[in-house]
Amino acid sequence: MSFQPAMEMGKANLEIFCETLIGLAQANKNVLAVTSDSRGSGKLMPFAQALPDQIVEVGIAEQNLVGVAAGLASAGKIVYAVSPGSFLTARSLEQIKNDVCYSDQPVKLIGISSGVSYGALGSTHHSIHDIAVLRAIHNCTIVVPADNLETAEAIKAAAAMTHPVFIRFGKRALPHLHQPGTPFAVGKSIQVCDGSDIAFIATGEAVVQATLAAQALEQSGVSARVISMHTIKPLDMDAVLKAAKECKAIATVEEHSVMGGLGEACAAYLIQAGVSVPFKIVGFPDEDTVTGSQLEIFNHYGICQQGLVQTALTLLKT
Amino acid sequence: MTDIELKRKSIEYRMALLKYIKLANAGHTGGSLSCVDILNVLYNRVLNVTPDNFADPLRDRYVQSKGHSVEALYVVLADKGFFPISDLETLCQFQSPYVGHPTRKIKGIEQNTGALGHGLAFSAGVALAGKKDQADYRVFTLLGDGELAEGSNWESMLTAAHYGLDNLTAIVDRNKLQISGSTEDVCALENLAAKFEAFGWVVRSADGHDLPALGDILNSTPFEPGKPSVVIANTTKGKGVSFMENVTKWHHGVPSDEQYEQAMTELQARLMEVDA
Ligand SMILES: Cc1ncc(C[n+]2csc(CCOP(=O)(O)OP(=O)(O)O)c2C)c(N)n1
Ligand SMILES: [Mg+2]
Repeated sequence: MSFQPAMEMGKANLEIFCETLIGLAQANKNVLAVTSDSRGSGKLMPFAQALPDQIVEVGIAEQNLVGVAAGLASAGKIVYAVSPGSFLTARSLEQIKNDVCYSDQPVKLIGISSGVSYGALGSTHHSIHDIAVLRAIHNCTIVVPADNLETAEAIKAAAAMTHPVFIRFGKRALPHLHQPGTPFAVGKSIQVCDGSDIAFIATGEAVVQATLAAQALEQSGVSARVISMHTIKPLDMDAVLKAAKECKAIATVEEHSVMGGLGEACAAYLIQAGVSVPFKIVGFPDEDTVTGSQLEIFNHYGICQQGLVQTALTLLKT
Repeated sequence: MTDIELKRKSIEYRMALLKYIKLANAGHTGGSLSCVDILNVLYNRVLNVTPDNFADPLRDRYVQSKGHSVEALYVVLADKGFFPISDLETLCQFQSPYVGHPTRKIKGIEQNTGALGHGLAFSAGVALAGKKDQADYRVFTLLGDGELAEGSNWESMLTAAHYGLDNLTAIVDRNKLQISGSTEDVCALENLAAKFEAFGWVVRSADGHDLPALGDILNSTPFEPGKPSVVIANTTKGKGVSFMENVTKWHHGVPSDEQYEQAMTELQARLMEVDA
């Protein structure tokens, strides 16, 4: 069950992050990367080599990472605090909540190797709680880019943001979903393909899987819309509502717990808008996550072409 | 400001903070009384911070890590003209911006604190930015002694020493008490000076209620170029009100009407002593 890209392959979002950040930092010496012994995992070695004065290493101390980043931001620096999503959003959650969000210090929190990117390293290294916890914290924009274009654009957009933002992505090379030049704006989803039977509202690396499923469904005469909901907060409610009105069913797809993530955000919105549509949240169930590579875990929980085809057909039967 | 005027301010600040704690019917009384002399010295002798220059990137910074003693900070900021002291009549009331811990909603406050163990990392970040910009502002942060059990402080101590942040000064309000009793019974800190030294800081001890001496020490930072400074300010929790001094339960406690009268009478007498 290996990954079969139907689209042209790009790079890992992690690499795009580093390349984009180097560009930003070369143009503005106030741009800093703050790391917690994470420059290796964060693919920031080229950044550190090119711009040694613009990387701040704080050691394996994630609480300190976020607190120091808040201080730097308060003194006018454009700060990207980079650490694996698992540690960044759990070990330093109180620093995110207080030092960054409540204090409104415009730190760019970069969760690298997020979701289940670390695969068989296990749940200590997974961040499938991060969207849920950060959604409940006021003043935190949450962006989960799906491909290289979205990642580069999100990293660039973050530089200009005057309030906190969390951006999370993985480390596997991904196919391109969008044509170069596709407009990107935080808070505005991108439709990857249009369709009217099922709408996949997906985020992050799950968007590729939804797109593969849409391609397979098309062969069997089912028309699938795929929306890359790269911004989870604020949610693009217009796109969600439009999907509910124009399609017969919705499946949300995310590399996250089914609790508190994209799916529940969409469901809560639709229910309160008085809109009812067959609906399924695809993500990780509330159980001890199975051991495996990222894609093995995806496959196990149906975040894959075959699984999503099945989900769509089941939903459309109801 | 003369030493006498400074002394007077300390007593007035104590009266004011008790007044507003009483009015709000809430507050961290003991810790505010133990650190108010430190704040007095900082704002009246050390920091170049005023309402007029508060947006100036080159201003000195004061970050109150022990956020619970916000009442002391509020009365000092009011006295410095950041807001009218009568604003404090709304302290902790519905919809008041004067929350029971520091927030940036209030002019003069650099960072929202209240969860212990956050101020030092933030201050290290501000100090590091100062170094990168070759700006010569100084950063002061006030830590509780009980607060030092938070591991995040020790992470930041490593960072401050690693980057040679000699523009950063931590002040420990060493009143030897925390909520549950003596710091040495709850989670022993001594030998505290040796611990800071081992982490690469230069340590000075001071009487946290000797205003001129404290001013001299804080104005002599950095104690050594290339290293962060820490002042262990030996203080008395509840200082200035006889029945509150060194009594654990006054960590947070609102005086009854009689206790309030007695406290004011004592402080009034101190004012008259100073004036005499
Ligand atoms: C992270 C966190 N844990 C617990 C508390 C509750 N708390 C408020 S003050 C305090 C005691 C603080 O003692 P110390 O630092 O010695 O302060 P001081 O004696 O100066 O009042 C505690 C436990 C808190 N505010 N933050
Ligand atoms: Mg104490």
